[in-house]
Amino acid sequence: MTERVTIDARGAFCPGPLMELIAALKTRKIGDEVEVWSSDKGSAVDIPEWCKKVKHECLGVNEQPGYWSVLVRKAK
Amino acid sequence: MSKQILIIGGGLAGTIVANGLCRQLGQELSNGSVTLTMLSATDKHMYQPGLLYVPFGKIRESELFRDQRKVLDRRVAFSVDPATHICVNSKRITTQSGKTLSYDYLVIATGSRIRPDLVPGMSDGAHWFYDLDGARKMRDALNVFQGGKVVVNVNAPHKCPVAPIEVTLMLREFLASKGVLEKSEITYTYPIGRLHSLEPLANWAVPEFQRLGIKAELFFNTKQVNPADKTITSEEDVTLPYDLLITIPPHTGQQVVMDSKLGDAGWVATNKQTLLRDGSDDVFVVGDTTNIPISKAGSTAHFEADTSVDNLASLIKEKRWSRVYDGKVFCFMETGMTTGTYVWFNYNTPPNPGPPSQAIHWLKLGYNRLYWLSARGLL
Repeated sequence: MTERVTIDARGAFCPGPLMELIAALKTRKIGDEVEVWSSDKGSAVDIPEWCKKVKHECLGVNEQPGYWSVLVRKAK
Repeated sequence: MSKQILIIGGGLAGTIVANGLCRQLGQELSNGSVTLTMLSATDKHMYQPGLLYVPFGKIRESELFRDQRKVLDRRVAFSVDPATHICVNSKRITTQSGKTLSYDYLVIATGSRIRPDLVPGMSDGAHWFYDLDGARKMRDALNVFQGGKVVVNVNAPHKCPVAPIEVTLMLREFLASKGVLEKSEITYTYPIGRLHSLEPLANWAVPEFQRLGIKAELFFNTKQVNPADKTITSEEDVTLPYDLLITIPPHTGQQVVMDSKLGDAGWVATNKQTLLRDGSDDVFVVGDTTNIPISKAGSTAHFEADTSVDNLASLIKEKRWSRVYDGKVFCFMETGMTTGTYVWFNYNTPPNPGPPSQAIHWLKLGYNRLYWLSARGLL
């Protein structure tokens, strides 16, 4: 059964939302989804770009009031 | 009935909490209305940031250690008997020796650990400086290194966020002083698309690396190391050859946290302001052990510990909350063997590192000794 976890990385300057996502995906199984909340608009570009390179699935980027939500599915 | 405070973990965070509580709860400890116990895995306290200097022969090993008993206030009941299971429902801890301890307030400060074993080939093929044995082996490897391809490989998550850049810059100066820089090529790998997760630091490092001839391979998440071929390969399908591989290994939390099912990968789900474990009002989590998306660093541990001391003391003395943690982190950063800078930030203030200077480098060297005042809760 797949699971979804949320990382609230708003205000996280270091190590930052993408590094938090990378660390979180290591603990998940294939098919699990990780939702990252980031107050850095760069995450809306960085995370999809990284997913494309590593071949995880970026399921969506949504702008919320004051932050961005990026949903990723572990694919490998 | 006395209030029992139990601290598990004798690193910087646990030690500051213990010593800070002794100062703030002196009367309660004297009259027996509060007891304070610490469980640790070792009777030695290590100054972990000092490990960075070991491979370059810049610090004596004896400078890294003090007896934990001497660092702690005498009113702390200290045992080398690490926790093996934590039950937050029954409020009981089981220890390695088989004892069971109960608590009114628990402080989890078990920290993080390096896990090179999580990457195939890394334990056999790479050097690191995140523990004393690794730092000694790296020192030996550097001493016999006569030039070639050096890869400095960074993995996530890891503690001490500025250490990868520090070791890269110090390594370059070391190789230059040894006279083998001309015959060497340094390549730095990083998991994301810039040189460091702190954007201002990454922006500073780009021209610095270019000036110093340090190559970079970004978006490099290590898949495996092949010690026989002397290659390292990433999830992004990039393979780099090396003659000397220096890695910042991935980290996890401690086994006791995993076995007690208190958090993924040993990180305890923690409220980023109160530092209480999610779902508990009597379990504080400090230092690397939290899952807060913030640097795992000594200064983080220090500021979190200070916050928790104030809150625990207020709860016990006045049944009120004192303050919240604002996310403050302060890190010195060596930018070579003779210069340094620093960076600080919190949840609301972005980092803005200043220009490197010799003065900051000397301040960092001074802090290498002042650390022991921090651990005693005096600084």
